[in-house]
Amino acid sequence: MIEILVYAFLIIGLTFNLLASIALLRFPDVYTRLHGGTKCTTFGSIFLCGSVIIYNLREWLLTSSPSPLIMSIHTFIALVAILITNPTGAHAIARAAHRSGIMPARAVVDDLKKDREGER
Amino acid sequence: MKAFIVTSLVAFLVYLILTAGSGNLWLWSYEELLFGLMTASLIGYLSRRIFVKGNYRMLNPKRWILAIAYFIGPFFIAMARANLDVAYRVITGRIRPGIVRISPNLKTDLGITMLANSITLTPGTLSVDVDDQTNDLYVHWINVKEPALKKKPRDYRYVCGTFPDWVRRIAE
Repeated sequence: MIEILVYAFLIIGLTFNLLASIALLRFPDVYTRLHGGTKCTTFGSIFLCGSVIIYNLREWLLTSSPSPLIMSIHTFIALVAILITNPTGAHAIARAAHRSGIMPARAVVDDLKKDREGER
Repeated sequence: MKAFIVTSLVAFLVYLILTAGSGNLWLWSYEELLFGLMTASLIGYLSRRIFVKGNYRMLNPKRWILAIAYFIGPFFIAMARANLDVAYRVITGRIRPGIVRISPNLKTDLGITMLANSITLTPGTLSVDVDDQTNDLYVHWINVKEPALKKKPRDYRYVCGTFPDWVRRIAE
């Protein structure tokens, strides 16, 4: 039963990571590509890490040796690190792109550009 | 002194989580506990001014319970919806991008960081820049809705829902 859950989590995670790589190919500019690159990969990673945690927790309950528990705890910490660093990195890339003059493609509104020009 | 104790305790907790399962003293070995205590005090001494900024409002356990409720409840649901939405746009290629400025009226650094990270992970939005004086956020939006463009300043409810209210309750 738990194995089915683990497989389901793996499939969901892999699907979203696959979508992220398709997004990199299909979207027109750096900002929209970052959308795919940050959201889909974090969501995919949540499910991939979740499957590792569930599998190892079951192993821990069955064998009661500490190493599967250590594995789940470390995976959880890795997941928290991904959740914090991924949006921060995306924000840094987007900010640097806008500062170096790459405007969003097909944009209907750009408040940041207007405010920048107002400052000059 | 209080800043030193708080920072050391947090560092020691992280050390305990990382070394869980190393020995027989419940879950930790004696050496790990001793070394963790030494390292945590050193880290606490070195980084007390960076980690604690003036006040201790985050020590209140109510804020932590709220934060956990926020991450499990509204945040996770919004994140799942965002992913389905982006998946739909990846497959169909239907996008209408733009950068909008929103004023969530948050005052602290922690609050604005939390909101910016939440925005990046949820419905079709990505924070691009922040105005240092007013703490306004510039958000890249993958599918700009027409009613949000009518007035300035923009209504943040179209962009990130009730996130600013949650963040205000947690971090301010």
